[in-house]
Amino acid sequence: MTKILVVTSGKGGVGKTTTSASIATGLALRGNKVAVIDFDVGLRNLDLIMGVERRVVYDFVNVVNGEASLNQALIKDKRVEGLYVLAASQTKDKDALTEEGVKKVLDDLKADGFDYIVCDSPAGIEKGAQLAMYFADEAIVVSNPEVSSVRDSDRMLGLLASKSHRAINNLPPIKQHLLVTRYSPTRADAGEMMSVEDMLEILAVPLLGVIPESPAVLNASNAGQPVIMDKESDAGQAYEDAVARLLGEERPLRFITAEKKGLFSRLFGK
Amino acid sequence: MSLLNFFRGKRETSAKLAKERLQIIIAHERAQTRGGHDFLPMLEKELLEVIRRYVAVSDEAVKVKLDREDGVEVLELNIILPDSEARD
Repeated sequence: MTKILVVTSGKGGVGKTTTSASIATGLALRGNKVAVIDFDVGLRNLDLIMGVERRVVYDFVNVVNGEASLNQALIKDKRVEGLYVLAASQTKDKDALTEEGVKKVLDDLKADGFDYIVCDSPAGIEKGAQLAMYFADEAIVVSNPEVSSVRDSDRMLGLLASKSHRAINNLPPIKQHLLVTRYSPTRADAGEMMSVEDMLEILAVPLLGVIPESPAVLNASNAGQPVIMDKESDAGQAYEDAVARLLGEERPLRFITAEKKGLFSRLFGK
Repeated sequence: MSLLNFFRGKRETSAKLAKERLQIIIAHERAQTRGGHDFLPMLEKELLEVIRRYVAVSDEAVKVKLDREDGVEVLELNIILPDSEARD
């Protein structure tokens, strides 16, 4: 059975693409056949984060329009077995994607024996975002501990529960997960940032993971390598935990408490 | 937290403020976007429970009504207490 995941948030810049890349890579590293699809038509970036930007010949819209086959458009990752990227088109035509077109591509991927299809949603609640989540079985809602992001996440949770294929056809609802990104335990302890508990209380969705604010994320995107592959890094390990939880494993939360300060920094530090 | 803050006493943190603002706006938006005010029956039931801790009232004693006029929402609560003789 193919599982369709959507990574969404409403707000831009919170880490949807970073998350899509790492979750897809993590699932493939565990032996799954995974396709990760960029739904951000006109502003594709997943190819850069995955480090395959120079190998894009055909894209999602080409496949939908029948200008290329799915096999021609799927970019096979050279590092991880079983991982494939489908890039978004750079066309300015907003209506390039249609519900039927997306359904056809997803059905073809299912027929090809993919275990997971990860849909990287664009920001906003326009067509691209609606199509990215429409056919989802599970949703990862990415949120920063920031008022605008949390509010938009709540909007997305509402849309997932009312405007998806599952909701409209009275099927079991999309399974929702919250992934908190750019978390700083030190600032949360100081009362400068909402805590994970605060966010859970407001959004009331099961927590998939907490990704700490980390220089490893920018390093990874600079290099075109999903941060989950940086196994030494805190963010990479936090994503690996999230993938394990997605697959039903129990993992204690890490990187959510501030590091103990030494005597020196406690006396003279901030 | 620095020594200075300690002597200034505990102020409301910005995170707490963020949480409170979000709780209010999200409750409001949920009410608007997710099928109207479906919290009203729940509110009525819970109010009745609270009142009954102090006064014995009937099931019909609490009435909750929500009106929308000129873009302003008015939540009307009507609680009928029993006569003083009945309360003994």
